[in-house]
Amino acid sequence: MSIQGRRGIRVALPFLLPSLLGAALFAILPIGISLLLSITSWTGMSKVTLTDGFLRFVAEHSVGLDNFAAILSDHEFWRALSHNLYFIVLYLPSILLFSMTCALIINAQRRGAGLYRVVYYLPVLTSWVAGSLIWKWLLSPVYGPINNFLAIFGVEGPLWLQSELWAMPSIVIASIWKDMGFYAMVLLGGLKSINTEYYEAARIDGASPLQMFRRITLPLLSSVLFYVTMLSMINAFQLFPQVMVMTKDGNAGPNGATMVMVERIYKYAFRYGKMGYAASYSWILFVIIMAFTYIQKRGEKRWVSYDV
Amino acid sequence: MMYKKSISTVLYHVLAILLGVIAIVPFLWMISTSLKSSGALLVIPIEWIPKEPTLSAYKKLFALTGIVRSIGNSLVVSFGAVFVALLSSSMAAFAFSKIHFRGSGYLFMIFIASMMLPSHVIFIPLYLIMNDLHLVDTLFALILPYTFKAFAVFMLRQQMMGIPDAYLDAAAIDGASLFRSFFTIFLPLCKTALATLAIIIAMDAWNDYLMPLVLMTSTKNYTLPIILNALSGQFKTAYDLLMAGSLISVIPLLIIYITAQRYFASGFLVGGVKG
Repeated sequence: MSIQGRRGIRVALPFLLPSLLGAALFAILPIGISLLLSITSWTGMSKVTLTDGFLRFVAEHSVGLDNFAAILSDHEFWRALSHNLYFIVLYLPSILLFSMTCALIINAQRRGAGLYRVVYYLPVLTSWVAGSLIWKWLLSPVYGPINNFLAIFGVEGPLWLQSELWAMPSIVIASIWKDMGFYAMVLLGGLKSINTEYYEAARIDGASPLQMFRRITLPLLSSVLFYVTMLSMINAFQLFPQVMVMTKDGNAGPNGATMVMVERIYKYAFRYGKMGYAASYSWILFVIIMAFTYIQKRGEKRWVSYDV
Repeated sequence: MMYKKSISTVLYHVLAILLGVIAIVPFLWMISTSLKSSGALLVIPIEWIPKEPTLSAYKKLFALTGIVRSIGNSLVVSFGAVFVALLSSSMAAFAFSKIHFRGSGYLFMIFIASMMLPSHVIFIPLYLIMNDLHLVDTLFALILPYTFKAFAVFMLRQQMMGIPDAYLDAAAIDGASLFRSFFTIFLPLCKTALATLAIIIAMDAWNDYLMPLVLMTSTKNYTLPIILNALSGQFKTAYDLLMAGSLISVIPLLIIYITAQRYFASGFLVGGVKG
């Protein structure tokens, strides 16, 4: 069976079948269903089966684009979006700084670098449920270690997750802890691919470490930095488990301070039973993420250099 | 010169240790809390190290209904997810890399494009589909979606493209079928990639929150993160219990991480996007 035996869809199909079935059932079909649901007023009360008259159901309950209009004119949506953006504004610069520092430390040819690598990665292994519970307890206002540590210096710590002002920053702090090791490893991959000859040449020319960082490392790492920025922003728009677990009491944090988009989608669908509304919401979020990704991609040329 | 060098060494370690402290202190606090009695939680000044360490939190935790079972569920889901994902993805990768068929390129593009699809769009329809398949509240609902893991197909395809066709031709001359060559020649040659993917997928399945939250409705089918989530609503301030549970949920991954560190390095670039 030479190349002739490895030709044609009939030969390929048995190999493709499991993933094609998976793709059809768990990726492509859901997109279609979600799009159809987004134009219905389905509340989850009436029973719906996909195999029995789903399209008729959609037609009967269709409200056109009303869900989208309702969401966009709802003050709450803009509030949730603004909370996502607030999270990003606090999170993005810090995660870049922290993960970059971690990556540089691991990449240094020094004793201890291997140990630091293991330690920085530990939070990444933790599930968000466990991580959130740990941080909830760390940030507990009276009995938590953070406020007790601050008290040593005479600082009275805030109420953290129970304060409207500090709830989101608390989530940001926990998220940086959880994610810095992951992005550090991605950046480390970029650092390792930089040819060490550049540094040797610079050293011979008498360049300082700071100059080398600015003139060699940053430009050569810019494509990886771009990838990290994009990835962390996409993930930040989908902020969910940490908010659900850390600010469980009350409705999305004190006075809704940690109300974010995926949390809304989940609650509309499975708490309030507004499935159609939630489906529309998820598409609006999808479009927002796409738009931000597109804007970033447009800006890519300005600061990413691929050639040296 | 020597002086300058030692300053930079000190600076390096100060910074490195500071970040290390940030990373590790939450873990130490978790361990310390899990070894306290519930009375010792609420004392001021706080006990950084428990004065009278006890395993009472673990005893209480395992006495709760559903905990042992949830660990079992998480194990079943993780192993199931790894098995299903590796099998179906490597088969697809083989078709994409070694079999010529019309539309191969387009189909592969569709696979890759689907990586962009976020889980927040999927979870409502997925619930409906699983409901129609009568799989809601069964562990199958958490395992089956792993039949389609685009990044795994992508990674394994890269790997298989590097394996020469001559292997297949030689096997064919010996009378082996394509399936046989796939299982006996190709899979063993992709060992490293498979191990890396196994770790990423196991971690993903073990730690997942959204899908089991939506799809598992009765306590007996909860995975470990979901039961911890439920416990944190039920025992709001019983942090001895919650930290013991959290620690148990981290331990298997710590063991895998420490024993299989080299496989982690190659997996970082593919496992990044949620969903």
